[in-house]
Amino acid sequence: MTDILDLPIPEQAARVASGDISAVALTERALGRIEAQRELHAFLHVAREAALASAAAVDAKRARGETLGKLAGVPIAIKDALCTLDAPTTCGSKILTRRSADGNSGSDPEHGFRPPYDATVVARLRGADAVLVGKTNMDEFAMGSSGENSAFGPVKNPWDKTRTPGGSSGGSAVAVAAGLSAGSLGSDTGGSIRQPAALCGIVGVKPTYGRVSRYGLVAFASSLDQVGPFARDSRSAARILEVISGSDVLDSTSASVPVGAYEAACGKPVKGLRIGVPEEYFGEGLDPGIAASVRSAISALEAEGCTVHPVALPHTRHGIATYYIVATAEASSNLARFDGVRFGLRIEPARGDLQAMYGKTRNAGFGPEVKRRILLGTYVLSSGYYDAYYRKAQRARTLIKQDFDRAFETVDAIAVPTSPSPAFKLGEKVDDPLSMYLADIYTLPASLAGIAGLSVPCGMLAAQSDRPALPVGLQLLGPAFAEERLFTLAAAVERLTAPTGPVRPPA
Amino acid sequence: MAITRETVLHVAKLARLELADTEIDRMQRDLGNILEYVNSLAELDTASVAETTQVAVLGTPLREDGVRPSLANEQALQGAPRSSGGGFAVPAFVDE
Repeated sequence: MTDILDLPIPEQAARVASGDISAVALTERALGRIEAQRELHAFLHVAREAALASAAAVDAKRARGETLGKLAGVPIAIKDALCTLDAPTTCGSKILTRRSADGNSGSDPEHGFRPPYDATVVARLRGADAVLVGKTNMDEFAMGSSGENSAFGPVKNPWDKTRTPGGSSGGSAVAVAAGLSAGSLGSDTGGSIRQPAALCGIVGVKPTYGRVSRYGLVAFASSLDQVGPFARDSRSAARILEVISGSDVLDSTSASVPVGAYEAACGKPVKGLRIGVPEEYFGEGLDPGIAASVRSAISALEAEGCTVHPVALPHTRHGIATYYIVATAEASSNLARFDGVRFGLRIEPARGDLQAMYGKTRNAGFGPEVKRRILLGTYVLSSGYYDAYYRKAQRARTLIKQDFDRAFETVDAIAVPTSPSPAFKLGEKVDDPLSMYLADIYTLPASLAGIAGLSVPCGMLAAQSDRPALPVGLQLLGPAFAEERLFTLAAAVERLTAPTGPVRPPA
Repeated sequence: MAITRETVLHVAKLARLELADTEIDRMQRDLGNILEYVNSLAELDTASVAETTQVAVLGTPLREDGVRPSLANEQALQGAPRSSGGGFAVPAFVDE
């Protein structure tokens, strides 16, 4: 019999609401699995006591006869980029840890910053009676595509522990892929939800910019950052998205567009939907097995009544350069707040002034990739280079956005690979920042355009002599606020490409 | 594009990063490689293209400029490395 923790989230919540299983028992199951899979390093903090207390509160609420929320008792993991009142928040960085003055501080995320408030998405999960089981490991400040830039050590891919799960939301993806939690939240600035979802064989959603509040998300690149869910199937991800979406007075960029019926959209017919296929996403550098798997999923949709059309996204190849200028410029400004004054790490020199404290604190607190991006962002914004880099990139961003606008005049959604390669080896790209950036080639353009995107598993690459079978993700892109349509297509892809191998990696 | 050691030091100063010597070499090399790559944007003709600074679909919402509860002083200071007299304490930076 299927373990309740492996059922789709709507069924888990229904079982808790009906009293089939207590929220405490479901939470204990998740905590037990987290304990058994410590080696994956998916979590920076396991919120054992807080989770059991909130599960007990859900059970008490039920005992009183009150109606339970849409995520009643469901164990959810939270990326450590999101502020939580009852758990430390480090964003994968030493600079958000407390022990100061010794210069070697910050090796322990348990000594992380304690936010005085919950992120809006966290508060909304609590309001829906979800049980928050812990904070997940991530690339420092969400800068990375492998999880290896975490200041606290890398995350491992459950399909092959010598490989990365992708990033930056690697811990959140692994928590779900390995069945440690039913769902999780990540954040996606250039692919940080979609790419790890693809590499771990689960569903990951990057909502339209403005769909979900960013209040309480540690800012990386404010014009790109979006919070979104991971789950093992599209219906489960849809349920989480319904809970966290909607306008928020605390985030003026959150949109007042009504929240869609995402869960109900899963299972609707796809007949008549027009799918665009841009050849720019199938060129050099794409793993042939991934190309075949993605094309086969597109053919399956066609057999279900979708129509398939070539579309042109000619500025795709400029996505990486544009992104790494825009995102680093915004990051260099956002990360100025980490200066040792108000929270986190402080290195106070015995002699010296405020400037010395800033310089030493930031040098001790930030890891190499964060420093690299702060320097790059500062450079492209600096006097004499602003026009050639930052202004140029903002104009290129317009061209990339116009590509999508034009394509969506003739198609309802675009289907492409999420990642050019399957999960890569730990250490493979870590010394070559540019090769790491290239891992995001297919996810960056949609981030720059601010449109809706998700990654859904569409097959497994066959095992080879040097690696086991690894999952492939299909990326579906839609116009702004077309999440319902993407869920309809994703649910169809799940139905049509039912995996031949195990849906979960062996524990 | 080659980037000089002086440029790295200048940018690091602007960014308030006190880099170690070994880091300066590494950053000089990495930033040079990355800038060489992003220079590919130069081939795009963008003379008549507007800049996109944000992609929020709707305009800036307005709200009543009312008084609302905010963090209490002790909450705001709870994460401070050092505080005194209800404020954040930092090393002296004005000569007496």
